[in-house]
Amino acid sequence: MDNNRAYPWSWWYLLLLAEFIPALWVPFYNSIEPSWLGIPFFYWFQMAVVIASAAATAVVYLATGRAG
Amino acid sequence: MQLNWVALTVFILFFGFITWLGFAAAYWRHGDLNQLHEWGLGGRRFGTLITWFLLGGDIYTAYTFIAVPALAFGAGALAFFAVPYTVIIYPILFIVFPRLWYVSRKHGYVTAADFVRGRFGNRWLALAITVTGIVATMPYIALQLVGLQVVIGAMGVTGEGFVGDIPLIIAFIILAAFTYSSGLRAPASIAIVKDLLIYVTAFAAAIVIPIQLGGFGKIFAAVPAEKLLLAVPQGQTTGAYSAYATLALGSALALLLYPHTMTATLSATSGHTVRRNAALLPAYTFVLGLLALLGFFAVADGVDKLPEFAEGFRQYKNNFAVLALFLHNFPSWFAGVAFAAIGIGALVPAAIMSIAAANLFTRNVYREFFHAHITDKQEAQMAKWVSLIVKFGALIFIVFLPLQYAIQLQLLGGIWIIQTLPAVLVGLYTRWFNPWALLIGWAAGTFVGTYMAVSVNFAASYPLAIGGWTFPGYTALYTLILNLVIAIVLTPVMNTLGAKPLDQTAAADYYA
Repeated sequence: MDNNRAYPWSWWYLLLLAEFIPALWVPFYNSIEPSWLGIPFFYWFQMAVVIASAAATAVVYLATGRAG
Repeated sequence: MQLNWVALTVFILFFGFITWLGFAAAYWRHGDLNQLHEWGLGGRRFGTLITWFLLGGDIYTAYTFIAVPALAFGAGALAFFAVPYTVIIYPILFIVFPRLWYVSRKHGYVTAADFVRGRFGNRWLALAITVTGIVATMPYIALQLVGLQVVIGAMGVTGEGFVGDIPLIIAFIILAAFTYSSGLRAPASIAIVKDLLIYVTAFAAAIVIPIQLGGFGKIFAAVPAEKLLLAVPQGQTTGAYSAYATLALGSALALLLYPHTMTATLSATSGHTVRRNAALLPAYTFVLGLLALLGFFAVADGVDKLPEFAEGFRQYKNNFAVLALFLHNFPSWFAGVAFAAIGIGALVPAAIMSIAAANLFTRNVYREFFHAHITDKQEAQMAKWVSLIVKFGALIFIVFLPLQYAIQLQLLGGIWIIQTLPAVLVGLYTRWFNPWALLIGWAAGTFVGTYMAVSVNFAASYPLAIGGWTFPGYTALYTLILNLVIAIVLTPVMNTLGAKPLDQTAAADYYA
């Protein structure tokens, strides 16, 4: 663990910043249609954002070095 | 309400199991519990999985599992802000918290106030961080008890006056005892049981109940149209849109600053463990989203119109909605499993919160101001006692004061805790700020925030009016901006008044 590895700046971090946009851009998802399996867009879109954001964070994690 | 023997038996069996587990945890990854970092941080040895359970138990509390569906049941779409809120926590956690972890291990910091003390060399600023942390945490613990209270009531265990509170008091004595003896290891081990139960409950509910109710289409059709979406802003206001987004952002920032989040993060085995968890914790967010939908299931099921639940709704208002839904749609034994999940879900965060508050008091008040040459053993002993006092304070709060006070104080707690952001989170990146400027910014944010919250009668959002436009938004976020502006403006001024104290930390301390 004491391998003296810093966390230098990485362009991958922009992906973390991008996670804020779909989550907080309310006017975009405040609608019923397109609904999916009877679930209004408002709800399934935000649930999809959860999965997409987790995936994005995982990508950043893998890309910026996971040893340690 | 009739006593539900089956559900109660299942609940008591689980409760008995986690009581044993809580005490046995003292011997798990054995360490010297006479040291504060062993008792209060589990020796900083929790790996990815345990940290996942611990932070999960911390962020997604029993109160969340009751209150979020209750809000969906009552107010509709607004309740879903809990989802974006618990999405954007994680990119921040990923970037910022490994730095906090490394610098804390390097210097033996146990609390955020420890870090601020070392970084800015100002004990009064550290005291402000400490007091804010303790005061904001107390009502949060009290609300966990509310979750437990509603569950006990839903099983039909009721009584008049003081007698009605006895089950709650028993549960709390158990909690206090194993926290005292095992420290952070107790909630860490119990969190595993709690979260498995929560996952089972949430997925069972999300699959079984829609089938019983005839599908999602029917459920959402039963929800009144004005509750299904946020109201579209009309005229010169950003309306519900800005309220929703600022509530999500502000809540995320506040949550990361709560002492119990610090405690759970610092107990991880490395900064890397924290990063890995940032990618894994959204699994809980998904479950929280499912639970929020349960509020709509309860609307579609019409539980508030069933005579057998009238008493529960009268007593616990909308907080009863999700429990009524379980009772109505699950066999009693499975309702017992769900109730155990929520009940144990109250104990985990309550334990971590009381440990975090105890760490703060012991380190940053007692040792700093009264007893500088304390031994490790005395320090750990003090923290154990304080954890008891904090919990009993919360218990007295719930037993003797109206629930509304705890909810209002918890709302204020969010506004208060966010004011520590400039010193703690910005402080991890720069030491440019003058500590006195930070202290004045903190005070301004705290007072103005409290004033704003009281002026809108404890609504979460404040209608900020600028140039003919209204921007309804989360008070905490608005006052954080005020706090930051004041700290920035005053820093050059305060720097002329005296030399900066030494920074205990060096740039290289912030990473592995």
